[in-house]
Amino acid sequence: MVTFEEISPADFFYRNRDIAGFTNPARAIFSSVRELMENALDASELTRIPPEIYIRLSDEGESGPEAAIWLRVMDNGSGVPARHVPSAFGQVLFGSKFKLKQARGTFGLGGKMAILYGQITTHKPASVASSTGTSKIYEYKLMIDIQRNRPIILDRKIRVNEERWHGTVVEFCLEGDYIRAMPKILEYLKQTAVVNPYANITFVDPKGRLYKFTRVTTKMPPPPKETLPHPYGVDVETIQRLTSITECRNMLDFMRTHFHRVGENISLSFLEFAGFIRTTDPKKMTPEDVTRLVQAMQSFKEFPKEVDVETIQRLTSITECRNMLDFMRTHFPEVQGSVFLRLLQIAGFIRTKDPRKLEPDEIVRLVRMMKRFKGFLPPDASCLSPLGEELLEAGILKELNPEFIAVYQRKPSTYSGHPFIVEIAIAYGGNVPKKGDFAMYRFANRIPLLYDEVSDVSWKIIKSINWRRYKVTPDMPIAILVHLCSTKVPYKTVGKEFIADRPEVKREILNGLREVARQLQRFLSRREHVEKQRRRLVTISKYLPKIAAYSTELAEKEKPPDVEKLLKGVKKFEED
Amino acid sequence: MKKIKSSAMERKKEVLASLTNFGARLYDQMEEGVFPWIKMPSRSIENILYSPELRQYILGDKTVRRSAQNIRHIRPFTQLVWGAYFAKELAKHRKTSTLRDVYYSAQAYDVPFKDQPESNNIITDLETTVGFAREDFNVFPEERSAVFGDLTIEYTVPGYEGRQLNLTSHPDGVLIGPALTSAEFVETTADKVIAIEKGGLFTRFIEELVHKKFNALLVLTAGQAPRATRHFLHRLNKELDLPVHIFTDGDPWGMHIAMVIISGSANAAHLRELTTPDAKWSGVWATDIVDYKLPSDHLTEVDVKRLYELQRDPRYEGELWQREVKTFLKIKRKAEQEAFSRYGLTYIVDEYLPAKLE
Repeated sequence: MVTFEEISPADFFYRNRDIAGFTNPARAIFSSVRELMENALDASELTRIPPEIYIRLSDEGESGPEAAIWLRVMDNGSGVPARHVPSAFGQVLFGSKFKLKQARGTFGLGGKMAILYGQITTHKPASVASSTGTSKIYEYKLMIDIQRNRPIILDRKIRVNEERWHGTVVEFCLEGDYIRAMPKILEYLKQTAVVNPYANITFVDPKGRLYKFTRVTTKMPPPPKETLPHPYGVDVETIQRLTSITECRNMLDFMRTHFHRVGENISLSFLEFAGFIRTTDPKKMTPEDVTRLVQAMQSFKEFPKEVDVETIQRLTSITECRNMLDFMRTHFPEVQGSVFLRLLQIAGFIRTKDPRKLEPDEIVRLVRMMKRFKGFLPPDASCLSPLGEELLEAGILKELNPEFIAVYQRKPSTYSGHPFIVEIAIAYGGNVPKKGDFAMYRFANRIPLLYDEVSDVSWKIIKSINWRRYKVTPDMPIAILVHLCSTKVPYKTVGKEFIADRPEVKREILNGLREVARQLQRFLSRREHVEKQRRRLVTISKYLPKIAAYSTELAEKEKPPDVEKLLKGVKKFEED
Repeated sequence: MKKIKSSAMERKKEVLASLTNFGARLYDQMEEGVFPWIKMPSRSIENILYSPELRQYILGDKTVRRSAQNIRHIRPFTQLVWGAYFAKELAKHRKTSTLRDVYYSAQAYDVPFKDQPESNNIITDLETTVGFAREDFNVFPEERSAVFGDLTIEYTVPGYEGRQLNLTSHPDGVLIGPALTSAEFVETTADKVIAIEKGGLFTRFIEELVHKKFNALLVLTAGQAPRATRHFLHRLNKELDLPVHIFTDGDPWGMHIAMVIISGSANAAHLRELTTPDAKWSGVWATDIVDYKLPSDHLTEVDVKRLYELQRDPRYEGELWQREVKTFLKIKRKAEQEAFSRYGLTYIVDEYLPAKLE
């Protein structure tokens, strides 16, 4: 007998924790640190105050692969309003990030997954303290009711916030294997420091070792703006939701109000293209209609001035057209394109449906046409928050201290209606590890991606480049950094570890890489040249005096010829 | 008794002058503020040509320029200048040296060679640049060839200047070393030279008084003749006007020993006076193997391959050579000089030699 039951989102993730990155005790502790770290960084984006983040892992004397470990993360971010604290930390898929702007988290899942994982492995409540900078700090002890996806508040305290502290402290216990997770955690923190050079990050591990990543700047990149969906990127469900909440009463307003970079003209062209425009039958125009039309025409310089009511009336009597658009196009063939739509709109001949009354098949058609229409502007990138070349360089210099660095930010681009920006850096020498292959640092929306490197699109692109063309050999200490920011990062999995091969994304990464590789090539050539000249000077200084001495003996001269001039010439060559 | 004009002393002066000039040229270049450079004939394979007039290999018109400005050239360039300096010191102090000795001496002057071939190559460069053989700079290979017969020579080497020696003085023959090479010829009663490939036969000839019976000087080449020996034969031929007969084993290798004495080698294409174009290869020929019914061995694969090479060699264009190569290939057999012993110990001297010297 088959039984059917509904499970809550919390229950779903409880049963499928692998997909969110909680596969084993080592991975779980890494994912927990990472999720809470990202929440902390996102919280400080809002306040524009350079983040101070403190992470502490402590065990209770036991160690080994399944030890219970306390994780405490404290930030100086915006804080969570008291009434949202229980849900924000105790209800899966509740969050503030379901909007169209770049953010580290996207699923409203990570932090809660960590707490959920802690709960199911140690059955201890999580503590959360937060303040938005008001006079009060709220402290909660919470557990998650997994079956109902609801927070259970075990304790709640309010304390006086004398210093007007703002931020959040989360602490909970989970089963984890720190020894195995350690390399990844440290690598994660280091890479996070690279792309957050304005953050102070402090980490204390279970052995009491302190790791500090100190900021080198207080400048933060401009915050991303929230944005409307781009027509290329929406689906039927999105339109459905929009039609049910919109206050617009016609399609023209609907398009202009709810979509990114869609104005009146584009709306008109698109709706005509998609077949959502109806106009009057010219034969049925009232005298008022004709007058309005003529007045409108006179305000457009594209139409001949001598057109008057009589002209139009004569045309309506002979025309075979059954709508105004055809009518205008047929009888004013010398006038171009989109003017007609604007004219008819001004004259009030354009009628579109009330979006709230769209039939399901019309919504499907609308979405399909949106994908086909070529006239939409590409999304602009103001909703993105790339790091910028200056900060990226500062971050890399701080953590890798390379001999050479080239950074490059590509112009915004889009895939499937989602804007994205690729930032690329290449670093040579210094503390860049020399491991027989490039050290690769991948980031998406300022999150380091550490797992499944070889599945990532960047890895494939790097491997496809003929590096010898850039004078690069595999034994060189070279690090390549790829940062992709987007309102929707094309991850291949929920675990957010690698980026899919979107052709648009691929092209941007490739072009960016070529640019920095060219700069590296110039550096390497220059270095090679200087090195060659230096060796040349050493060699010539060694041998030329000998040639002079033996020649003097052979020629039976008194004193050797002056070769200093020749040597000086070589030195000068080096300074060029 | 004909008047003998010797060239040994003259030549020493020329060598010294040319080394001095070489140094002066580089000295002047540096004084003028340019990196010293030299130009010399290229010794690459494509620049080695056979000259029918001179009947030896010569270098063509291609030259190479070596400059101290070129970072790849400066080290060998320095070694070359040192080589010239070292050669001049040897010549001035009338000391001799060997190629091995040159290699080690360089280390004392802080211009070390990587290995023996590098050092040898620099000496060859010096020969090419200055136009004299290394023996003229008193750099000799290890010696193993000898001469015996009625020729009186006068030493020019330090401590022996003016001392004369008749080359019949020692029954084993006299080593053709630096001292003999630089000696002046005083007088001789011989009217021919017989060059012999192998030591055993050389000794037999002395014992059988071949030098007296045939009025000849006997020269042991000891296999492929060293350059000093080739030059010595050249001098005997040129200065004393003596015809040269060469006796070798009857195989492609023996045949080529004779050819190198006559027409020289490609390796020495930059040098002159090492060849004796009028010398005759008198045996053992392939046709001798047939005519004298000599005990013989089968040609090996390597022998046959070598014969085909020689057949195409420009030095082998002559009728005799082509005939003998063909005969070897036809009978597919070879014989050593000792093969005549089947007819008794003196047969070669009593029967064969007179016939061949006709």
